[in-house]
Amino acid sequence: MAEQNIARLLAQRSFTELGARGRARALLDAGSFRELLDPFARLMSPWLPKQGIVPQADDGVVVAKGLIDGQPAVVIAIEGAFQGGSLGEVGGAKIAGALELAAEDNRNGTPTRAVLLLETGGVRLQEANLGLAAIAEIQAAIVELRQYQPVIGLVAGPVGCFGGMSIAAGLCSYLLVTREARLGLNGPQVIEQEAGLDEYDSRDRPFIWSLTGGEQRHASGLVDGYVADDVDAIRSELHGLFAKGKPTQERSRRHAWFLQRLRAVDTAVQADAAAVRSAYQGA
Amino acid sequence: MTTAQEQRGLHWFQALAGAAQQQPGLPASLRVADGELAGQAVRYLAVIADANNPFPRARNGEVGLLEGWGLAQAVDEAIEADRDNPHKRALIAIVDVPSQAYGRREEAYGIHQALAGAVDAYARARLAGHAVIGLLVGKSMSGAFLAHGYQANRLIALRDAGVMVHAMGKAAAARITLRSVDELEALAASVPPMAYDLDNYASLGLLADVLDVEQAAQPTAADLARVQDALGRALADIAASPRDLRNRLGAANRAASSQVREALRAQW
Repeated sequence: MAEQNIARLLAQRSFTELGARGRARALLDAGSFRELLDPFARLMSPWLPKQGIVPQADDGVVVAKGLIDGQPAVVIAIEGAFQGGSLGEVGGAKIAGALELAAEDNRNGTPTRAVLLLETGGVRLQEANLGLAAIAEIQAAIVELRQYQPVIGLVAGPVGCFGGMSIAAGLCSYLLVTREARLGLNGPQVIEQEAGLDEYDSRDRPFIWSLTGGEQRHASGLVDGYVADDVDAIRSELHGLFAKGKPTQERSRRHAWFLQRLRAVDTAVQADAAAVRSAYQGA
Repeated sequence: MTTAQEQRGLHWFQALAGAAQQQPGLPASLRVADGELAGQAVRYLAVIADANNPFPRARNGEVGLLEGWGLAQAVDEAIEADRDNPHKRALIAIVDVPSQAYGRREEAYGIHQALAGAVDAYARARLAGHAVIGLLVGKSMSGAFLAHGYQANRLIALRDAGVMVHAMGKAAAARITLRSVDELEALAASVPPMAYDLDNYASLGLLADVLDVEQAAQPTAADLARVQDALGRALADIAASPRDLRNRLGAANRAASSQVREALRAQW
């Protein structure tokens, strides 16, 4: 048994250790990867240099077309290592534009599906309102594309998925997480700033993972799959979900169910992981 | 000058919806009523302060768990009610939202998913042929604005210092970007997307209309007439336009958003 485990561990290829480009390549069928607006297109943030910040030639977003399980696909990967994966005007427009074109493909009879690799703190505050506007357009495009083909989001870590992009994650047909992942609207520092240390201690990592970590989100039914940090496992999970097709009802449409459960919560006491799992049992 | 104390959203809701009956079955922090505008059926929606909100971090008009899912319900009910009706009622989101709710309960119970519920409903309504208008009468901040207003076919704002669109409050934004509030304000003065004032926001091309009013916090009869007139014009404009958000592109201060889309299309 131990030997088998060791063999399995040796065969694993870590997904989280890959950068955005490597992740997109790893998920597309071998030999099918084609990047759009690659770094040589030099579409960079027009706003960062004005603030003394060095821009990046892909603005931290990789858009790649190719095949997944033999079907046309676009993989959109956010680079968590550039500016915390934050979305500015250019990176945001790359994501929204790619999703809009995928929806257009479907209207014209090409069943392009999309995978979003979400490694992001949300809006890039140096481009604040243009990041926010782009995220609204990304959300609009997800809802549009989702009518035709599943849109699958994956939060692998280590950055996690926060801000307006966590709302975008909540719109996906399916959402996958690893143990490294965190998913939440407000970053810990912002909550501490706005609500105080007693409400949220941004330095207490076990506390933060217990509420917003991948395992907890899966146990509470707020995501669809909990995957190992392994390229083959993630690929096979994606293939399975695409084969399954669109969900009967997306999680973001279940207001009646969530409102019923939230109304039963005792809000006089502070929340913990167990209370959430119990409230959302059967999600 | 906090909009929470001013209750701008509530005042504009009362002015626009008049004596129309509140839709039942919704959280107390929502005001939702049906009416008629320019001869068309409309549903007005507002998020208001509720001192008795069961979630303590959502008592000042913030968009929290109940508000996100409640908006989803209110919009979804309109979609369902008009499913077989060729004339879909318009949805007027009256926007006066200081922020999303920041708290432990909110994160634990998945406020991101609640806000996704609201975004989902507004976006589906737009795609189903409901005209959706975001009427910005107060603060229009971050995730709260994404959930309530930002999926609209058209955004209309009052020209007033209390109307403000941004991704994060100043103090938190300064901490996250490792700057002082003074430094942040200096940068905001020269970088339009970082600014907190409406004129800079308008320069990004996201607004369909900016309206001058006498009393943004408590509308006069003339203010109401002017806003109703603008809403009527927007409804006519929406009826003759695509259901997507392309009308937001084109401003010089947002040129890269168009360039990226053109280049993507060329390589697609």
